[in-house]
Amino acid sequence: MERNQLRRQVRLMRQSLFDQGFLDEQFVQLEELQDDANPNFVEEVATLYYRDSSRSLQILEQALQRNPRDFNKLDNYMQQFKGSSSSIGAKKVKADCQQFREYCNAGNAEGWQGKLGQSRHHVDPSNQESHQQPESSLD
Amino acid sequence: MESSFSSPRNDTFPAGLRVLVVDDDPTWLKILEKMLKKCSYEVTTCGLARDALHLLRQKKDGYDIVISDVNMPDMDGFRLLEHVGLEMDLPVIMMSVDGETSRVMKGVQHGACDYLLKPIRMKELRNIWQHVFRKKIHEIRDIESHESFEGIQFIRSGSDQYDEGYFLSADDLTSSRKRKDVDNKYDDKDFADLSSTKKARVVWSVDLHQKFVKAVHQIGFDKVGPKKILDLMNVPWLTRENVASHLQKYRLYLSRLQKENELKSSCGGMKHSDYSSKDAHGSFGLQNSISIQQSDVAHGSFKVSGNSLVSQRVGTKSHESDIEGIVSEPVAEPKKGSNGNIPDSQKTRSPQMDFNNSYAETKKGLIGNVPDSQKIRTPQVRPSHSLASVESEVNFTEFESAIPTKYSRNEIQLNKKQKPLIPLNSGFNKPPLPGPHSHFQVDRVQSIPSSSSRPSIAEEDVTGPAKSKPSYSEYINIQGSHVSPTISTADSFPDQIKSCVVNHQVSEAVSTSTANMEYQGFNLNCITDLESAQRNLIVESASPFGFLDDGFQICWYQGDCYGMNLGLQNIEFPEYNDPALVSEVPAHLYDALRFDYPYEPSEYSVIGQGLFIS
Repeated sequence: MERNQLRRQVRLMRQSLFDQGFLDEQFVQLEELQDDANPNFVEEVATLYYRDSSRSLQILEQALQRNPRDFNKLDNYMQQFKGSSSSIGAKKVKADCQQFREYCNAGNAEGWQGKLGQSRHHVDPSNQESHQQPESSLD
Repeated sequence: MESSFSSPRNDTFPAGLRVLVVDDDPTWLKILEKMLKKCSYEVTTCGLARDALHLLRQKKDGYDIVISDVNMPDMDGFRLLEHVGLEMDLPVIMMSVDGETSRVMKGVQHGACDYLLKPIRMKELRNIWQHVFRKKIHEIRDIESHESFEGIQFIRSGSDQYDEGYFLSADDLTSSRKRKDVDNKYDDKDFADLSSTKKARVVWSVDLHQKFVKAVHQIGFDKVGPKKILDLMNVPWLTRENVASHLQKYRLYLSRLQKENELKSSCGGMKHSDYSSKDAHGSFGLQNSISIQQSDVAHGSFKVSGNSLVSQRVGTKSHESDIEGIVSEPVAEPKKGSNGNIPDSQKTRSPQMDFNNSYAETKKGLIGNVPDSQKIRTPQVRPSHSLASVESEVNFTEFESAIPTKYSRNEIQLNKKQKPLIPLNSGFNKPPLPGPHSHFQVDRVQSIPSSSSRPSIAEEDVTGPAKSKPSYSEYINIQGSHVSPTISTADSFPDQIKSCVVNHQVSEAVSTSTANMEYQGFNLNCITDLESAQRNLIVESASPFGFLDDGFQICWYQGDCYGMNLGLQNIEFPEYNDPALVSEVPAHLYDALRFDYPYEPSEYSVIGQGLFIS
């Protein structure tokens, strides 16, 4: 019973992530990839992503603080971050990245900082990790 | 990462397809690996482009297809793409989260057979086998068309059967991801036949490529044609189509290098601008425009195969003196008379000098590049065939040796000169090829009465250019690899670039002697038009002469051939007033072109290493 309840919760949470636009279809693809050979596939990928993204965000922050700002580099970093966010289906983060790049092109550093903060929030593990763990523990 | 064996694959194609995935993003690597495994492919993942190249080179036939990301920290995805296409001739698929048309176009230009957008879906990966299949089919056709093939008979019959079988199942294949159907349709025997043709697939090894470059040089860039190359190469199992496609790749490669060189040079502060101003023609950077150069160049043939040397010459038009024509030739097809670049009639001087056509006319700096900025554009680019003028030749030889072109470079042993020079051969040469060529080159140089050591250099260069092999690969090496001072006999490296390098080296050596002054004079004259790109190439050598292109320098000094390639453009050969030199040079070059010099296998390996951006 408790199990069912947990399952239901996970399902709802997952659905809300989609509804709120945090996740997109790519995430579904990942789920489909999960099979007997890789039962924790999604979790593993998510872990990789979080590790990688926190590193990316760090690099971005450092680059932002540098003066004068090298927008080219920032653009590259952001491109990379966008790429890895697309891997997990992190829709909002990806959109943020796109915005960042636009700011970059326009040389708008303040916009950058604002967006960076927002991205951090979007990547917040609590959004997705908690989603993963209940599922794996249930199975 | 292990490579798979080919036999099981054949029976159940496309299952078992050996895929190499290259991406710096660990998340994507994991996802792609999983996806490809689900497609029943054999996957090998790689986080660095260098590792990937290493793997590919280790097992030439170990993979069927490569999937690579575009943005990678250690190497540009497009560059990797070029390498793979040239060295291994495998289909390469590019991926990126950026789907801008310009990027996609760039991918296609570099030879990608497909460009996927991230996030990548399973269904997109399921169909990648079509690229492998397509290539096989083309190879079979190539082979079949080659009458002389003895072993083709079996292939032909096999492929015919295969084709029929394929067509039958084509619908199934394309309709869905039901690979099972395909497997069922495929007759094992048929497929086996098809795969047996795989043996006939051309893998452009270092040796083969060197032969190719040599042939290109020998023929003369502007006259190059697949059939001629094929005949010269004298490789029985090679088809005209193989050569044609390889030639195209090479040209693209050279032009690309040239462009990059130009960029580099600008970054490096090369004096491109100086040149460019002069150069009215602007055609300079043509990657494919090498031919342009040729037209003008008297000797014309030099033209380095299209890519590279675009140096087309910059400005030569504007003043005759611009040698520019020189270098711009992308080393690409040195075949041409080495100096193809000199589009302007100026070339006069050295027929060979493709380099820098401009220089031909203008006595200006010999080595073409140094028009004002002293860039020696040195016709590196010009693979030296035709150093029309002694100068040009000089440059070539210099280049040649310098040019790490895989093959030839080593040959060019500008030993004497090279020593002081930066090891152009970037890597190839590791040890200066003491081969006969080198001597001969050196000797020639010495024989040249002209005071300027340059002429002598030219000789060396001349020989070098002859060697200039389309060492695009060398070029690559050059960049990173060590420019070995021992530019082995400048066997007319087709790679103009190399020559550039060589030139520098040589020129450097020469400069010491005396020619420096002379060259400088020449360069100044010639170089006026030197295009910045060219400059790059020659710059280095110009140090003594002063006309070395910055870009060029970069190549040499830093052992970075890369710069050289681009710089070829400005190879300006100072005009040598010494007719003897001129006449001598051409002969020189041609001799060199004749692959007199034996290539030392060790050199090749060196080159190989050098070429591959180690």
